[in-house]
Amino acid sequence: MSTPTRTPAGAPSSVGGPGGRIGDDAQRPDGVLKVRGEFAYASDLWMDDMLWGVTLRSPHPYARIRSVDVGPALAVPGVHAVLTSDDVPGEKVYGLELADQPVLALDVVRYQGEPVALVAADHPDTARRAAARIVVDYDVWEPVTDARAALGHPTWNQVHDAPAAVTELSRESAHLHPHGNLVRHLKVRKGDPEPTADVVVVGEYEVGMQDQAFLGPESGLAVPGEDGGVDLYVATQWLHVDQRQICSALAMPPEKVRLTLAGVGGAFGGREDLSMHVHACLLALHTGKPVKMSYNREESFFGHVHRHPATMRYEHGATRDGDLVYVKAEIFLDGGAYASSTPAVVGNAGTMGLGPYVVPNVHVDCYGAYTNNPPCGAMRGFGSVQTAFAYEAQMDALAAELGMDPVELRCRNAMELGSETPTGQVVDSPAPVAELLRRLVAMPLPPEPATGDDVDLRHMPGGVSNTTHGEGVRRGVGYAVAYKNVAFSEGFDDYSTARVRLEVVGGEAVATVHTAAAEVGQGLVTVEQQIARTELGVDAVVVHPKDTAVGSAGSSSASRQTYVTGGAVKAACEAVRGRVLERARGLVGRPAGDLRLDGGKVVSDLEGVALPLADVLGDDAVEETVEWRHRPTQALDPDTGQGFAHVQYAFSAHRAVVDVDTELGLVKVVEMACTQDVGKAINPQAVVGQIQGGTAQGLGLAVMEEILVRDGRVQNPSFTDYLIPTVLDMPPMRIEVLEYADPHAPYGLRGVGEAPNISSGPAVLAAIRQATGLPLRRVPVRPEHLTGT
Amino acid sequence: MEFLQPATWEEALEARAASRDAVPIAGGTDVMVGINFGRLRPALLLDLTRVPELQQWGTDDGAVRLGAGVPYARVITELGDRLPGLAMAARTIGSPQIRNRGTVGGNLATASPAGDAHPALLAAGAEVEVASVRGTRRIPVADFYRGVKRSALADDELVAAVRIPPRTGPQQYSKIGTRNAMVIAVAAFGLALHPDRRAVGTGIGSAAPTPRRAPAAEEFLAGELDGLWESRAELPPATAARFGELVAGAAAPIDDVRGTARYRVHALSVMARRTLTWAWADYRKGDPACA
Repeated sequence: MSTPTRTPAGAPSSVGGPGGRIGDDAQRPDGVLKVRGEFAYASDLWMDDMLWGVTLRSPHPYARIRSVDVGPALAVPGVHAVLTSDDVPGEKVYGLELADQPVLALDVVRYQGEPVALVAADHPDTARRAAARIVVDYDVWEPVTDARAALGHPTWNQVHDAPAAVTELSRESAHLHPHGNLVRHLKVRKGDPEPTADVVVVGEYEVGMQDQAFLGPESGLAVPGEDGGVDLYVATQWLHVDQRQICSALAMPPEKVRLTLAGVGGAFGGREDLSMHVHACLLALHTGKPVKMSYNREESFFGHVHRHPATMRYEHGATRDGDLVYVKAEIFLDGGAYASSTPAVVGNAGTMGLGPYVVPNVHVDCYGAYTNNPPCGAMRGFGSVQTAFAYEAQMDALAAELGMDPVELRCRNAMELGSETPTGQVVDSPAPVAELLRRLVAMPLPPEPATGDDVDLRHMPGGVSNTTHGEGVRRGVGYAVAYKNVAFSEGFDDYSTARVRLEVVGGEAVATVHTAAAEVGQGLVTVEQQIARTELGVDAVVVHPKDTAVGSAGSSSASRQTYVTGGAVKAACEAVRGRVLERARGLVGRPAGDLRLDGGKVVSDLEGVALPLADVLGDDAVEETVEWRHRPTQALDPDTGQGFAHVQYAFSAHRAVVDVDTELGLVKVVEMACTQDVGKAINPQAVVGQIQGGTAQGLGLAVMEEILVRDGRVQNPSFTDYLIPTVLDMPPMRIEVLEYADPHAPYGLRGVGEAPNISSGPAVLAAIRQATGLPLRRVPVRPEHLTGT
Repeated sequence: MEFLQPATWEEALEARAASRDAVPIAGGTDVMVGINFGRLRPALLLDLTRVPELQQWGTDDGAVRLGAGVPYARVITELGDRLPGLAMAARTIGSPQIRNRGTVGGNLATASPAGDAHPALLAAGAEVEVASVRGTRRIPVADFYRGVKRSALADDELVAAVRIPPRTGPQQYSKIGTRNAMVIAVAAFGLALHPDRRAVGTGIGSAAPTPRRAPAAEEFLAGELDGLWESRAELPPATAARFGELVAGAAAPIDDVRGTARYRVHALSVMARRTLTWAWADYRKGDPACA
C-alpha cells in the first residue's frame, strides 16, 4: 500500500529528551517544527498521482432540488468523477448524535453551503471550474431563521407562568425535519416550584454565532487500498467516530476504512463533525486514485459547525443579605440545519447554565432548535460560554440592586466542596470558587491610562489607528467565574485506549505509546510522553502516529484527553511495569518489595540493585493495551434534570481591565488576569498556554467575533470581516494556577482547556459595563452598542 | 493565466496597451486575495515589481514624487517627516507583512472607498501621475475617484506615481476599525493644515461610494482660522465641534457588515473634531513633528 509522501511530521520523530516528566515544562515534539514553518499540516499532504476533490455547495439556505445535471462538469477535460447522493453506497445521512445530515444533499438543502455534488480532477482549478458547470435546479423556499420562531415560541414566556409546550409548532414555522424543529428540551427542576425572594433581577441576553477560527482549514487525503478499502489521512478530533460514520456511508466494515491523523491546525470543536471525510473516500474509491480535498478559508466557514447563538432570559431572586433563593432561566440555542452535537450542548447549557453558585430553587428550560441557519455544534466551552454571559451579567445586576460588591456576592454564593449543584449532584472534589475570585482581587491593578503627550497609541482603544489620545477614555474592571464539566457526561460510555510497549533498542530503553487520541495543538503528545517517562522511568518515548490500528481514545474535546487518555496511558504503563518488575524479581531471585523503574534500570534501594533493562528484557518487548474509563456518570431524570451527570468540574475566574473610548465605542482590553484550579499541572507551560488561548478566544467573542447571518446567509465568511484578536487586542496576562487534587482523577488532574474560555468574555463585558454604565445585553459588543448609533 | 514581467517602464506601458484586460500587480495584497478566492481570473497578470522607476521616490517641482511601487513600510520610514499624514495612514494598514508589500499605487489603482491612503492624499492635495504609450498626465486626486472601485485610469494606463506636496503644517490621520490592528476601515479621516496658503485639506474614507473631501468643512475652518494662523491662539471648542459636524455632513455612508451608516457619520464627527484639536495644538506649539 502506498502512503503519502508527507505524513504528520511531528509524531513519528517525537522522541523526547530527558527531563519532561509529570509536572515539568516538557518541550513539545512539534513545537520547533511549527515555529519554523516545517510542520506538515493536513493541507500539505501530497501524492504524485493524486486527484483534487472539490465540493459544490448550495447557494440557498432552504430549497428543494428539482434536478441535478452533472453532464457539463463531466465534459470538462481533466475531470475524473462527478458524484451526487446517488453515488453514496451506504447510509446517506450521518451525524454525531442523530443521523440527520445528508452526505450529499438528497431532495432538500437546509443551509447555505450544504454539499450537493463532488468533483475530482487532476488540478484543483479544473475541479472548481467543473463544479461550477453542474446545473442544479432549485425550488427556493423561505428559510426559518429564528430558533424561537422555529419552536413556535416567538416571544418570551412569562417566567411565572407554566412554560408553554414548545414542541407545538406555530403555523408559520414549517417542519425542517420529519421529527419537528425541536432537537432537545432539557428541564431542570429543583426545590420550591414557586419561590419568592426579597430582590429580583430579570435580564434578557443574546450571544452571536462564534467560529472556531482554527488556522488550518479542513483537509485530508483518501488513498484507495489494494483490499478495496480506503486509507484516510485527515485532520480531525476523534478518528474512531469519523471511522464509524464513514463506514456507515461507504457500507464497509471498519477494517476496510483506516484513518490516520494528519497534522491538525487547531480544532476547538470544529472538527468533531465530518467535513470532507466521506467525500474524499467516495472520490478515491470511485476513481481508484488518491484524492486530496482541502478547503480554502471561505469554504471552511461553510465546512464546519459553529458555536450556537443563544437567546436567554434569566430571573434571579435573592435575600436582602445576598443569598440566592432561586434562578429561573429559559435558554434557546439555535442548532441550525442539522443536529450535530446540539443535544449535548443543550445538556451542558441547561445543567451548567447557572454558574458555580449554590441555588436552592431552580427552574431551567433549555431548548435546541433546528433552523435554516448554519449548523452549530461543538465549540470550546460547549454551551457554558453562552450561559456564562447571562448568569454573570445577572450576578452583577443583582449586586448592584443589593448595593453589594459583585465579588462579595459571588463569594457568598460560591460552590465549594460538598455543595449541591442545580442538578442535585454533590461536588465531591475541591471547588475553590471563592478563592479563585479573592486571589484575583488581591492581584495588583495595571497603571492608570496615559493621556496627552505620554500616550503610546498601541495601548489606546483603536491602537495605531490614532483615534484617541485619551479623549473619551474610561476604565472599567470586571470579574467573572466559570465552571465546566470535564469529559463526556450524562451516562456516556467515555473511555480511551492506550497501547504501551517497552523494549531495548540499540542499548537504550525505549517506550512506545500508541493511542488514537488526536493531537490538535493542545500538546497531548507531550503529556503522553511525560506520563510514560514518569511511569516507566525511561527518557526515550516514541509517540506512535495516531490511527485506528489501536482502539478509540474518544474525542479531543470536553477538556478530557489529559484526563481520559492520560489515564489510559498511565494504566497501560502500570500494566507494562508490572510485567517488567515481575521478570526482574525472577532475576534478582529475592522478594524485592521496592522494585521500581528508573533511568532505564530496574532499581531496588533495599536490595541495592540496579538491573539495566537490557538484562531484564533482552530482545523481548513488553506490550500492554488498556481500555480505561473514568467513573461512570448517569443520565439526567427527564422530568427534573437531576442526576450524577458530570464526572468532574473545572473552575476558572477572570478579572478584566478595559479602557473604553466611550465616544467612539472602541475597546482596549488592558489586562486579563486569570486564576484556575487544574488539580495537577502535568505540563505547567502548556497549562498556561491553554489559559492564554482560552482567554483570547473568550475576549474575541466579547468584543468582535461573530458570523453575521442574514436570512440564513453568512455575510462575512473570511478573516477580512470575521475578526479575531490580534496582538494589540489580546493584552498581557497575570495567571495563577492552583493545584487542588481531584481524588477521583489520574494524578489529581483536572481538564484545563475550556474553563478559561468561559470566564474570560463575561469578565470583559462586566468591565465594559462598569466603564460605560450601559446594560449591554448582547455579545459581541459593537461600537454601535456603545455609542447608541 | 499568462504572466508578464516587464523590466522597464516602456515595456510595461506597451504590454498594458497591447492587453487591456491585463491585471497589473504590484504588492498583490488585493489581486492575490481576489485570485485565491476565485473572484478574479485574469487572462494576464502584469507584474510591475521589476520596473525600477516605480520603486523610487524623489522631489520634483516642489512635490514628493512617490513611485507607484514604493511600499507603505518605506513611506513610514523614509517619508514620515515630509508626508506625515500619509505615513500615519500607512501605519494603520494591515500587518508588517502587508506594509512591506502593499503600495500607494496599488491603493489608487484599486480605488476602493476603504483604501487607507486616500484620505491622506485628499487632505494633502496630491496629484496622480498616470501614463500610457500615449503619454503622461496628472489628475488631481479628488478627480481620480469615479465610483466604487472605479477611477479615472483609462484601460491602457498605469499609475506611475503620486505627487504629494510636502507638509507645510500639521497633518493628522485617524481610522476606525472594530479591532485594534489589521482591520479594514469602518471610517477614516485625513486632515492637513496648510498655513502657507491659509488653507485646510480634508479626506474622508469608507463613508461614501468614493473617497471624498469635505469642502464645506474646509471652507468653514479656513474662515475660522483667519487671524488665528498668526496669533496661534487657542481654537474655540465650538469651532472644532462645528468642523466635525461639517465633515460628517459630507459623508454618504451605507450600513454594511462592518458598521452602520449612523455610526460612520458619528465617528467621522468625532475623528474630525479630535484630529483638528491635535493638529491645532501642534501648530500652536510651533508645529513640531506630528504625533
